Amino acid sequence: MDLYEHQARELLRENGVLVPRAEVVDSAGAARAAAERLGGRVVIKAQVKTGGRGKAGGVKLAEDPAAAELTARRILGMDIKGHTVHRVMVAEPAEVVREMYLGFTLDRAAGRFLAIASAEGGMEIEEVAARRPEAVARIAVDPAEGVTEAKAAEIAVAGGLPRETTGTIRRLWTVLTAHDALLVEVNPLVVTRDGAIVALDGKVTLDDNARFRQPSWDDDADDRARDPLEARAAAAGLGYVKLDGQVGVIGNGAGLVMSTLDVVAGRGARPADFLDIGGGASAQVMADGLSLVLDDPDVRSVLVNVFGGITACDAVADGIVRALDTVTLTKPLVVRLDGNNAARGRAILGQLAHPLVHQADTMDGAAARAAELAASAASDTSAA
Amino acid sequence: MAIFLTKDSKVIVQGMTGAEGMKHTRRMLAAGTDVVGGVNPRKAGTRVDIDGRTVPVFGSVREAMDTTGADVSVLFVPPPHAKAAVTEAADARIPLAVVITEGIPVHDAVAFQAYARARATRVIGPNCPGLISPGQSNAGIIPADITKPGRIGLVSKSGTLTYQLMYELRDIGFSTCVGIGGDPVIGTTHIDALAAFEADPDTDLIVMIGEIGGDAEERAARYVADRVTKPVVGYIAGFTAPEGKTMGHAGAIVSGSSGTAAAKKAALEAAGVSVGATPTETAGLVLTLLAETPGNPA
Repeated sequence: MDLYEHQARELLRENGVLVPRAEVVDSAGAARAAAERLGGRVVIKAQVKTGGRGKAGGVKLAEDPAAAELTARRILGMDIKGHTVHRVMVAEPAEVVREMYLGFTLDRAAGRFLAIASAEGGMEIEEVAARRPEAVARIAVDPAEGVTEAKAAEIAVAGGLPRETTGTIRRLWTVLTAHDALLVEVNPLVVTRDGAIVALDGKVTLDDNARFRQPSWDDDADDRARDPLEARAAAAGLGYVKLDGQVGVIGNGAGLVMSTLDVVAGRGARPADFLDIGGGASAQVMADGLSLVLDDPDVRSVLVNVFGGITACDAVADGIVRALDTVTLTKPLVVRLDGNNAARGRAILGQLAHPLVHQADTMDGAAARAAELAASAASDTSAA
Repeated sequence: MAIFLTKDSKVIVQGMTGAEGMKHTRRMLAAGTDVVGGVNPRKAGTRVDIDGRTVPVFGSVREAMDTTGADVSVLFVPPPHAKAAVTEAADARIPLAVVITEGIPVHDAVAFQAYARARATRVIGPNCPGLISPGQSNAGIIPADITKPGRIGLVSKSGTLTYQLMYELRDIGFSTCVGIGGDPVIGTTHIDALAAFEADPDTDLIVMIGEIGGDAEERAARYVADRVTKPVVGYIAGFTAPEGKTMGHAGAIVSGSSGTAAAKKAALEAAGVSVGATPTETAGLVLTLLAETPGNPA
């Protein structure tokens, strides 16, 4: 889960990292009032979970409270790479004498966290790394030792950061470990005119797997930014991602569902979603999943692709029957069942004898059929 | 032979007495796995009857190893306790720990992988289906009845894609199928499995299944180019995955321009690996390559 800048700023501040004074508001009038409290001259920053805000015009300096109101009005509601701006941060500007980069990220290959430090801050670190790889230091951290004072000094020296940053380096490590973060990035980390080390921007990604021991995260959930179908799936405990096509896809196992999306795309159609009912799914999980996908107005046909390993295909078929008890099927459904109890599952669907429920023998055949049915549904719609 | 798991493997189950542990211990026994014990400190000294077999429960991995000679542990321990369980297995110096558990925090995985590595315990997983050497032993949750013993080796990040390929190639059979897991931080990698299959005299061809996220497939491709002489067939899932969205597996995410399926496929093809567009086409490539292998019955 990615945090908004203002949430990241709060985590940094709680852990003793210096951050500029700031307030988060959701209206232009409130931005003006915040600017008045913060001394008049402020930076207005769009709160969206994507990079490149500056280039998109989502970060602007306002010279006085009236300008803050105008600027906030322009930024609120703006679309930045598909993210609508619902809130802006109003922050006190810093008097910057030097910009640096500091972060901790996961090195998947090594199975360790890495410190990344550079004396060249303010721009995307990938760009710096591509242009001048020697300007970006990457230092692995031993998980058993953590970031000691000596380690922090090593990171600072390697990145060309002043020695005064070691305290901030250690505090960032604390944010990473204490809050189960996968990424903590401060860009830029600045030295101000009075010599303070201040985090001007922050990015934090939390590990969803650690939710069971980070109860405060439930308060961070932000459903305004979320697709309503994704929010409903999350509430039902389903692994669902909304996509932009017309073929609804349901399967078991993340790898098989991803593969099914690709096979649908290979047949010239676009998948409308990723829905993994998981291993050993019950009839109820299947029924919930199917109802959700059928409620997606973009869906023109649905493909259910199950290879029963632990999952029993008869339970999947029962789930389909159960869903059709409560939902009137108006879109064609193509089902491919193989593996555990496949014969029983196919027999259940055979007995159902629903004109819109089609069975297919293979994954490729099922995808082709679902793509074809979605296309003919589309032409029916346009003809009507 | 086979890799990592053979008919001689003696398997214990950490978390055996839980619902998942019992269900899969029963399936492992039915598949012929030599399950010699379970571990649960609160039920130490008891015995569990499973389909006519009596399996003793030990208080610790150490005790189970000392008593039974166990050399493989399969873990069905819930996420909050998984780190302690792997640490215990590594302290006991068990050669192989297969971590089935899904949902382990990354910081815990980072810690126990480093800990196990330092104690020469091979970890497979977490968030994996385990591994099977058909006809010999099954350590984890892979269905044993899909296929038969044969000479294909398979390594995959995904459980159900493993089953799908095992099913497509069920008449040819497999030496070992290893599910390495879909988490960002895993123990045994594609490269580890490729190296073991290359050295295994009973494996003729290797199937490698990958998916979006990270660069493990790219690194495996370089390894294939440099070190693998046996034919390798690849499959990558996730071409249609949007950037920045986690697709089910915690590790399956395209970040910016890195971790894409297209980059992985290109890297594998540049290393001489035939890559299928679908699981079925991938199976077809395997059949074609085996037919070209001199003296092979397939």
